[in-house]
Parts: sequence; structure tokens; C-alpha cells
Amino acid sequence: MVDQQVKDIILGIISVVAPDADLSDVKSDVKLRDQLEMDSMDFLDIVMELRKRYKLEVPKEDYPKLATLDGCVEYLGPKLEAMAAV
Amino acid sequence: MHYDVIIIGAGMSGLAAGIRLAYFDRRVCIVEKHYAFGGLNSYYRIDGREYDVGLHAVTNYAPPERRSAPLAKLLRQLRLTREDFALCEQRFSEIRFPDCRLRFSNDIALLKEEVAERFPGDADNFLRLVSEIEAYDDTRLDRTYQAARPILRERLDDPMLIEMLLCPIMFYGSAEEHDMDFTQFVTMFKSLYLEGFARPREGVRRIIKAIVKKFRANGGEIRMRTGVDALQVCGERVVGVTLESGETLTSDVVISSAGYVETMRLCGDGAWQSETEEIGRISYVESIAVLDKTPAELGHDATIVFFNDAQRFNYARPDELVDLTSGIVCCPNNYTGHEELSEGVFRLTWLANHERWMGLDEEAYATQKRACLQRFFECGRRFLPDLKQHVVCTDMFTPRTIHRYTGHLNGAVYGSPHKRKDGRTPLANLFICGTDQGFLGIIGAMLSGITIANLHILSKS
Ligand SMILES: Cc1cc2nc3c(=O)[nH]c(=O)nc-3n(C[C@H](O)[C@H](O)[C@H](O)COP(=O)(O)OP(=O)(O)OC[C@H]3O[C@@H](n4cnc5c(N)ncnc54)[C@H](O)[C@@H]3O)c2cc1C
Repeated sequence: MVDQQVKDIILGIISVVAPDADLSDVKSDVKLRDQLEMDSMDFLDIVMELRKRYKLEVPKEDYPKLATLDGCVEYLGPKLEAMAAV
Repeated sequence: MHYDVIIIGAGMSGLAAGIRLAYFDRRVCIVEKHYAFGGLNSYYRIDGREYDVGLHAVTNYAPPERRSAPLAKLLRQLRLTREDFALCEQRFSEIRFPDCRLRFSNDIALLKEEVAERFPGDADNFLRLVSEIEAYDDTRLDRTYQAARPILRERLDDPMLIEMLLCPIMFYGSAEEHDMDFTQFVTMFKSLYLEGFARPREGVRRIIKAIVKKFRANGGEIRMRTGVDALQVCGERVVGVTLESGETLTSDVVISSAGYVETMRLCGDGAWQSETEEIGRISYVESIAVLDKTPAELGHDATIVFFNDAQRFNYARPDELVDLTSGIVCCPNNYTGHEELSEGVFRLTWLANHERWMGLDEEAYATQKRACLQRFFECGRRFLPDLKQHVVCTDMFTPRTIHRYTGHLNGAVYGSPHKRKDGRTPLANLFICGTDQGFLGIIGAMLSGITIANLHILSKS
């Protein structure tokens, strides 16, 4: 899956989880929580939306890997790819 | 029928928990004993007029830019918009003690000014206290009880200022008499003074309709007039509920908003019952007058007034039917954007003794309600001198009403003084949300439902 596609998926989820967040200029390498003023509840919501939409389980110990958009691409890219292939 | 989750109660907390669970594809059923939604904060209609059961103020009001405020969190979590609640802000409110008044609004600057003027010796102390409260993380679920009064006495010099600050806070959210937990004090201080009061123009029905609609749109099921008669317990787990009709529903998890003691009593044989002193004692009588003019036209501008006729504020269950020495006056017309409400409304609330009200036979109950209404007119004159001439009709609720419509023992408005912040019970898959979990008020109760659904169900895969 192309990096941008993964980013779009995540940003699409954030626009539902935190519609009041400003997504016009999100940096790929800065923690989402810091730049978008999201709290742990919002973050958990991203994980749950991934499960709801893509049946994708992210175990708790892997949450830190989703901290930035780049992290999401690296971690989720292959998983989403594998699912799309099925 | 088998569900992932059964929720007892279609009040604010049960509905909010239900919205979360249904959204994330859990099979969830809310069972509600009553025919109306909303529980402690419901609405009704008499002679074509719409009334709210209790709504004075939606506390925790915060403007859109305060994204980490409880209100903003709640809207995000429930996938609702600000327009769904259509909240209008208060004008100002007031704390009235003998010879001293403090006004406050949704901007803390006003209260700071008022304190500096009336209590100059405590002006700086108060600013420090506000900073301390702003920095205090009251959302942690693991804090232990600390009495608020002794802490406040260390921070502020004038005992009357302490009483005045406590008065609205206790009235709007202390399940405990005389004192309260400091963390609870902080939560309430934030929700009343640092955030503030608002109200939907249509009253609480606006909020209830929005959350019921959302729950159903997410695929949730609600069964009204469906009281739970018993929880079926097997070992240390609950396996389902028996309804008053005799029907049985099973589920993997049960979340109850019926109150802690009330819920454990549903578990049968007494093995799970707790001490009776855990039942709350705070209850209220409220009288409502509909007027042919607005309170502002009659000279009363404040949205809410908290009054107390002594130097010390005695927050406790009275020995008499009602305690006339303190109370709350609420005028819904005095919210911004409420100008076009066609009639004036004046509400007055007193602390009440549940046992005394329950002990009356029907005739005595009717007599006492009439007597109470008389006192309401007398007391109301202090705020609206011509009150009686402008009354179109009146209504009243008592602790008996609260008990009847919500099942809360003692008619306890704020539930048990012993809160269970993590929502756990002795049974592994039975959780408490709402009033007895410890987040109070309309916004608090909804956040409570959300928190419990997240913590015990959604964050587990
Ligand atoms: C008079 C009054 C005025 C208030 N004013 C305000 C205010 O102005 N602002 C504010 O923010 N808060 C106010 N509150 C507080 C606020 O209403 C509550 O904090 C909040 O509504 C609590 O919601 P809950 O879901 O925890 O409980 P509840 O609303 O009590 O919900 C519990 C539900 O469970 C149902 N139930 C109980 N037992 C069973 C059973 N066995 N089977 C099936 N169903 C059952 C009940 O019928 C009820 O609907 C007021 C409360 C009262 C009583």
C-alpha cells in the first residue's frame, strides 16, 4: 500500500474521532497527540476505528508505534496490504 | 436473547455507554424500567406544558476552543456535534449569604474580581487556589479520599468565603453531608466556576433526544417499561438478567446505572449486599412556577442563585420535611438566547428529608405539598416580590418522586457517598456507571458511561 494511502486512512479516522482537530498541516514525523491536542481517549478511538473498519487488531504494547503518521505507515502499511490481498 | 452487553437504565450514563458500545459493533440492549428516557434528568408534559424534571444548568459548559474540556471530549466520543445539544450560556449566577453576595459567570474573571472586592485579605489566596485546581488532575481514577474543608482552611483565611464557595458545589454534586472529597470538590469547582452553566433552549429533552437517536442509529436496542427484577449470578459472574415480566436475557457483560447498592441488591440472596450507610441521604424538593411574565421583567436577572441564611452552610439531610434556610433559585429564561420562551419559569429547590416524605399517607402527602407551595411563595418573594400575582400554574417534585421514577434508594439525587471510580463490583463482569461511579451531573454522567464502556469493554480485544 502506498504511504499516502495509509496516511489518508489515519487522517480520515482522525477527522471522525476528533472533527474539531485542524488537519490542514499535519507533520509526518511529529507525534499526533502533540500536534493535534488529542488525549488518550482520542488515541484509543483511533485504534478502535481501525478494528471497526479494517478488522485490524493493534495490541496495547504496539500503541507507541502509532504515535506519528510515519510510524503508522511503517506499522500499518504491511498489515493493511496483507488484508487487501486476502 | 443473548447480548454482548446489557445496560440497566436509559439515563444519561446508560445511553452514553450504549452509544459507544453499539458504535463499535457490540450487540447491546438497554433495559429501562420507566416509560421515559433520562432517569434523574427526564422531562414530562402537563396540560400541554413541557417541564424538565430537574434541569437547572448543564454544568461543564466550555466553548469550542477548549478541546480538552469534558464537554468537548464527550461530543467527540459520542460522535455528536455542538449543535446536537444547542447549549446557550448563562448570564450570571450569584451566591447570597447574609450581608455578602458573590456573582460568577462562565468567565472566572468575574468571580476573581468579586472575591477580591468582598474578601480582600483572601484575594491572592483565592488566585493561588484557582491555579492549584487548574493544575490538579481530577480524572485519575486512583485517588484516595481527602476531606475538602480542612484543605480549604489551609488555603483560605475567611471561613465565610469557604462556605460561600462550597455552597453551589455541594448543592450541585456532593453525595456526602457536611463535607466532601477534595478530588470531587476540584471536579465540581472546574465544572461550575472554571467551565460554567448552559442550557438547551428546549430544555433537557434536546440532549436526551439526541443521544437516544444516536444510540438507535448505531444499531442499539432499547426496551422501555422493562425493569430488571434480578441479576442471575453464577459463581463470581453475572450471566444475565431476569426481567419483571419473568423473561430472561443473557449477556457477557452487564453495566448498571441503577446505583451500586441498588444493583447489588438485584443479585439475590444477600451475599453481595453492602452496608446500608452507603446509601446517600441527600434529596431535594423542587417547586416550579410558570409565570405570565419573565423573571427579568419582574426584576430578577440572575440565572441561578444559591442562597444560605446563616454564616455557615449546613449541607445535610434536614430533620424536617424541608430545610428552608438555604436553597437554589433557577430561572431558565435568564439564559442567553432564551428570550423567545413564551412564559416565565421560576424554580426553587430545598434540601429535603426522604424518610419523612415517604412516611406520609396520601392525604398527608397532598397536605404537605400544599404547605410547601405556600412556603415557596413566601420564600420566592425575596427574589420576585410580585411572584404570586404572576403565577399561571405550579408543579412540584419531592424525594418520593425521585425514588419512584429512578429507583434510587432514599431518593438520593447524588447516589452513594462511597464512589467506585473504576466501576468495578465484586462480580467480574458486572460494572457500575453513572451516579455511583462518581462523575456527576449531566455531562459527568455521560462521561461516566463512556469511561466505563472504554475501560472494561472496548479497550479489551
Ligand atoms: C432533581 C434533580 C435535578 C438535577 N439537576 C441537574 C442539573 O441542573 N444539572 C446537571 O448537570 N445535573 C443535574 N442533576 C443530576 C443529573 O440528573 C444526574 O447526575 C444524572 O442524570 C445521572 O444519570 P445516571 O445515568 O447516572 O442515573 P439515572 O438518571 O438515575 O439513570 C438510571 C436509570 O436506571 C433505571 N433503573 C433503575 N433501576 C432499574 C431496574 N431495576 N431495571 C431497569 N431500569 C432501572 C432508572 O429508571 C433510570 O432511568 C439533577 C438531578 C436531580 C434528581
